[in-house]
Amino acid sequence: MRHLLAIDELGAAGIEDVLGLTDSFVEVSERSIPKVPALRGKTVVSLFYEDSTRTRLSFETAAKRLSADTMTFSVSTSSTKKGESLRDTVETIEAMGVDAIVIRHGSAGAPWNVAQWGSSAVINAGDGWHEHPTQALLDSYTIRQRRGSIQGARIAIVGDIKHSRVARSNIAAFTLQGAEVTLVAPRTLLPPNLDGWPVKVSNELDAVLPHVDIVYLLRMQLERMTDALVPSLREYTERFGLTVRRAAALANDVLIMHPGPMNRGVEIAAEVADLPNALIIDQVRNGVAVRMAVLYLLLGAGTEWGAETSTANAREARAT
Amino acid sequence: MSITPFVIKGGRIIDQQGDRAADVAVGDDGRVAEVAVDIDATGSRVIDAGGCVVAPGFVDLHTHLREPGKEEAETIETGARCAALGGYSAIVAMPNTTPAIDCAAVVRQVLEAGTRSVVDVRSSGAITVDRAGEILAPMAEMAALGVRIFTDDGTGVQDDGLMRRAMEYASDLGVSLAQHCEVDALARGGHMNEGAWSSRLGVPGIPAEAEELMVARDIALARATGANAHFQHLSTAGSVELVRAAKAAGATITAEATTHHFTLTDACLAGYDAVFKVNPPLRTQADVDAIRAGLADGTIDAIATDHAPHTQEAKQAPLDQAPPGMLGLETALALALTELQPAGLDLGQIIALFSWRPARIAGLGDEHGRPVAVGEPAHLCVFDPTDTWVVDPARSASRSRNNPYAGRTLVGRVRHTIVAGEPVVIDAEAQR
Repeated sequence: MRHLLAIDELGAAGIEDVLGLTDSFVEVSERSIPKVPALRGKTVVSLFYEDSTRTRLSFETAAKRLSADTMTFSVSTSSTKKGESLRDTVETIEAMGVDAIVIRHGSAGAPWNVAQWGSSAVINAGDGWHEHPTQALLDSYTIRQRRGSIQGARIAIVGDIKHSRVARSNIAAFTLQGAEVTLVAPRTLLPPNLDGWPVKVSNELDAVLPHVDIVYLLRMQLERMTDALVPSLREYTERFGLTVRRAAALANDVLIMHPGPMNRGVEIAAEVADLPNALIIDQVRNGVAVRMAVLYLLLGAGTEWGAETSTANAREARAT
Repeated sequence: MSITPFVIKGGRIIDQQGDRAADVAVGDDGRVAEVAVDIDATGSRVIDAGGCVVAPGFVDLHTHLREPGKEEAETIETGARCAALGGYSAIVAMPNTTPAIDCAAVVRQVLEAGTRSVVDVRSSGAITVDRAGEILAPMAEMAALGVRIFTDDGTGVQDDGLMRRAMEYASDLGVSLAQHCEVDALARGGHMNEGAWSSRLGVPGIPAEAEELMVARDIALARATGANAHFQHLSTAGSVELVRAAKAAGATITAEATTHHFTLTDACLAGYDAVFKVNPPLRTQADVDAIRAGLADGTIDAIATDHAPHTQEAKQAPLDQAPPGMLGLETALALALTELQPAGLDLGQIIALFSWRPARIAGLGDEHGRPVAVGEPAHLCVFDPTDTWVVDPARSASRSRNNPYAGRTLVGRVRHTIVAGEPVVIDAEAQR
């Protein structure tokens, strides 16, 4: 694995590699000193062209727990307008000597461009409407943690699929792991063409809910209102929100997920987000361990990560 | 410039008068002096055309020369040189320069620079002031300088009422209106064809209907006003069908298609390389097939290049930040020969699409795209229809390198180009 750009490129075997390794890093994260020296001497840069404090913090925490050095290159929208091109920025950063670039960019495909221009490992931390592969990996890990397996799970992904990188990555990840995915959205929030997508599609949440094991809610971005893609948030919630009424009708073991940040009261009722079968906090917690696994797989080649080594490394970490 | 008489020997002439083997003697007046088998060339310069086709010079209806305003991407001089290498004797400069070609002063500037270049550079004019779609540009003062085609290319005239007035006004002047058909309300924010690929890639799309609605509107307005309406760079199967039906119903409209719209599809964008970003966007294979069928049956009158140079810095950017456009002049004929001959078009049809048909649309039918016959201006393209070559963007005469065909093997190559009796390209090398 050279870069992590998209779930399809990672493939089913790659997903297994990451999730298999994640267990070890969950264990590391639970230690009193949650740190191992696996990536000592490596430098990881986060290059965020969109504000995303949670994703950036999650990656930086992951890198630090692996003892990598971290740098943050935060670019506000205004400075990109007057500032240097993405290509020049990447060349500048690489000149400082980095091993991995974690990039979040508003343009679909920007991580591909960076991978082409530079020599570092590139991790896609979200590109436009396109992909957010580590989100899909942490979601997969979270489901497996609770259910043991994704194979055969019936998963409804509900909401703004069209503009969602989380949806695109999760559709790929869930179906590669044998889940049955149904997209639930009004036509205005679906990609214009779903030819070849291994999914079912519905515009009626109430008809889908009795037949699912997992409800995955997407954030309803408020700017979609100005594009008139739905008539009103009230009408959206009425048709597609996981309201208290809908949640009450779910079987007890149906899991509720959301990538955050939530609009409580819009796509998910406030009370529903706090139900015991809502995994939203688990998703965030697992994010760090999954990203440790990804960073390790990309940068840790040559260092063994067996159980014994892990213990040895951990001892070393404690000693230092 | 004084012209040394010469003889083009050993070629096969293909023009609107047919297909025959003959030599062509060009006189010191820049005109064809003799067309005959085995002309005695004793004492004359000989230009070898063995194994080659001798055709009337080509006319590109759609060239972006970037001057004035973006000379780092192309100049009139370098763009004209690309044209010569592509076998063109005349090109029509698009008006989306900075400032826009929307008044006599800018037209004069372009034509003046054109007089120093290796092909006949003609200027289009904008339909509206600054191509802003609000106020009619002074078409008559531009027409008085020889402008025969008006267009806001890069954008379509959105306002239906304004477009109707433009057609009425243009009809008085006997000039043509060329439209970049694209309804902003549907296309805005899009960066590639809306379809299976844009959906997968998460890139905002431009639907086919954005083009087809304006094609349909302009067909209706042309019918109502009697204007000469020309449709630029048709890219969708629906557009081809609309034009076909309108022509069958007697509409006096014309249409062009670009080389890239019959050779590339939106699948090219899979790697997010902005060199494949163009407007109108690359569409689907079904659209490519429909464009080819339209070229074959005469629905589409001309092949244009939409040669659109952009610097490396501009193109090496995320897809949604890079400007649309690709180079085209130097590869157009070879792409047509490589891709359209297997699709059933013969050499005569292909040459018509490059030469006399666009010449007439450009209002240049008396000067360019003329038969290879005694007394006609010696604008000639001599090409080898079987020579195989590999596209290398680094070898382009353009200032830019945004060539989407890098590494592609093409069949057919321009060998010599004669413009007004001057051999401006000999053995695929520009002479100045």
